[in-house]
Amino acid sequence: MAQLTMREALNQALKEEMTRDPNVFILGEEVGAYQGAYKITQGLLAQFGEWRVRDTPIAEEAMMMTFNFSLLALDMIVNHAAKYRYMSGGQIRCPMVMRGPSGAATQVAAQHSQGFESWYAHIPGLVVVMPSTPKDAKGLLKSAIRDDNPVIFMENEILYNLKGEVPEEEFHIPLGLGDIKRAGKDVTLVAWSRSVITSLAAAKTLADEGVEAEVVDPRTLRPLDEDIIFESVRKTGRCVVVEEGWRYAGFGSEIADRVQRECFDSLDAPVLRVTAADVPMPYAKTLEKAYLPQPERIVEAAHQVLYRS
Amino acid sequence: MREPAPHNHPHGNALTLPQAKRYKPLSDTRTESGTMDRNQALALYRQMLLIRRFEERCAQLYVEGKIGGFLHLYIGQEAVGVGAISQTRADDYLIAYYRDHGYALARGADPRLLLAELCGKFTGISRGKGGSMHFYDIPAGNFGGDGIVGGHLPLAAGIGYGIRMRGTDQVCLCFFGDGAVNEGAFHETLNVSALWDLPVVYIIENNRYGMGTSIDRASSVKDLYQRASAYGVPRREVNGMDIVAVRSALGEAIDRARKEKRPTLIEAETYRYRGHSMSDPGKYRTKEEVESMMKSDPILLFGRRLMEQERFTQADLDAIDKDVLAQMEDAVTFTEQSPDPPVESLYEDVYVRSPYIHMKAAEKDPAWRAAIREDRVPASLPPWKPAAPPPAAPAAQPAEATASAGKAK
Repeated sequence: MAQLTMREALNQALKEEMTRDPNVFILGEEVGAYQGAYKITQGLLAQFGEWRVRDTPIAEEAMMMTFNFSLLALDMIVNHAAKYRYMSGGQIRCPMVMRGPSGAATQVAAQHSQGFESWYAHIPGLVVVMPSTPKDAKGLLKSAIRDDNPVIFMENEILYNLKGEVPEEEFHIPLGLGDIKRAGKDVTLVAWSRSVITSLAAAKTLADEGVEAEVVDPRTLRPLDEDIIFESVRKTGRCVVVEEGWRYAGFGSEIADRVQRECFDSLDAPVLRVTAADVPMPYAKTLEKAYLPQPERIVEAAHQVLYRS
Repeated sequence: MREPAPHNHPHGNALTLPQAKRYKPLSDTRTESGTMDRNQALALYRQMLLIRRFEERCAQLYVEGKIGGFLHLYIGQEAVGVGAISQTRADDYLIAYYRDHGYALARGADPRLLLAELCGKFTGISRGKGGSMHFYDIPAGNFGGDGIVGGHLPLAAGIGYGIRMRGTDQVCLCFFGDGAVNEGAFHETLNVSALWDLPVVYIIENNRYGMGTSIDRASSVKDLYQRASAYGVPRREVNGMDIVAVRSALGEAIDRARKEKRPTLIEAETYRYRGHSMSDPGKYRTKEEVESMMKSDPILLFGRRLMEQERFTQADLDAIDKDVLAQMEDAVTFTEQSPDPPVESLYEDVYVRSPYIHMKAAEKDPAWRAAIREDRVPASLPPWKPAAPPPAAPAAQPAEATASAGKAK
């Protein structure tokens, strides 16, 4: 196993898949000569040439840099990529990956810090992936590139420098397969992307109190590995969903809905959600901290479902 | 972890399609010199008339309640689509907007499949999932009609990019209306097409109205083709009511795209006789305006030209009309005998089966469950034979299509 940052892991995945399949190419802002706005595409232009690593103008009706700017391309993603197969009665397939950072960064305020996974997970025809570790990022990106469906691949800018073990041999992780990031028997914390890291921190605090939290990372929001969540909840009887998106109509409510329906007899408490505040992201550090799910809020929610004060 | 099986799809990439082989497109009759021979003139006339009669029949069926939703008729604009597509090669691509019946017909789609689509039948070219605005015919390189004004322009550039990546000398035609030139997508698309030398011919069908708003009230520049000057894209206008003029303009633009890999913007001035869609009474223009435009009807003009040159008689043209009308009746019969889509097909065609999706999760979702079957491009039909007696054969077709659908599940 090699220790890699998520940035390096993503770069490896792109390089390997582009080497494997000459039909794979990259279009995007600053992906070539600039080596990627976040250096994910470092070195690819030199290796694969400009037709396969194409710097685009800021023409965001069709291309983008981060998911904050993907709203201009929503028509292309929602009305075109996700629907062409259906509208054509199965004649067309749309093998593309839209990848880039999503979610909160640090002090970049409302237009550059927002989680849109709930929007994209809402759309039939799309696959939505949100990795939380370097290994997952690499394995899932390789699957996303090979898959022939349009995939929304949301990374988190804060996690780009996160280090983790990544297998040195060829591997991939299937889309739609969840993972237990920490085993436990007392309470289930469901989280994806950066919320996994926040939840693991909360689990550590809980462990000091003698509460063993299980952190379940679905990794893919659509299709959703609901079984891994149900199995955990049936064991613990308690469930907290953590997300960096807004509370109102957020993806966590989809999970809460499924859990209450499928695990009703196992639940010892209502399913709780820890989410971002229902306001645009503020700039000031204190407000930013109050906006995002923090380990303390997760611990508090765990206490609530465990009826501990 | 086990490595999944490598891709082995018939259409692994939508842009590496097999060449169209089901139908014989018009361009097959093109002579080396580019001038029309007698057969081609006949084919062009017939093609325009087929579109006219198809659209007229659609209007009837719409009034009868057999066609639902939006119905945008191409009547009056036939010379643009037929003229342009007659200059393409069988392996070229096209993509268009929602007034899309004419392009599919001109590209050789069977009117039976198209009418069945309009009536929401399972035998329809998009299996009853698209309707009037979504006539996709991928084996013929037709990327269909797009329902979003200007929404398909970036896709045309994408098709052009694919052509450049593969290094072939194919060309993509992209049709849109005068309303689309005010969309942001138009400008982004022209810019990258020029920047990256994409072999795409952009054709504005200027029928003077974006729905009910005339170009005078919508565009600061009235000569829409001049907008290409901002991007250094070759441009010209052409009389869209004259199929010979359209062919000449497109011949030049397609040649440039094929040889020099450069885009062109063509503005074809044309007119639609009917409303924007069937629900439009057209109160924003005068009866006199419509009547005066109908005097330069593209089919009438071309027919008159053919007769003046003494190549055809009125009887020749009448015989074509009779044949086209019979073909339409055959399409109506086929459609009436076609089955509605089975409810099970509701969840089909959302996703592609993939070894990279974990089936445990996928099986929980009906759309993923339905994705386990292979692609189903509409089955090919026996070609239309002009002299055929009232056909009994097409009646068997729906049953076959259903049977094979059942088998696939």
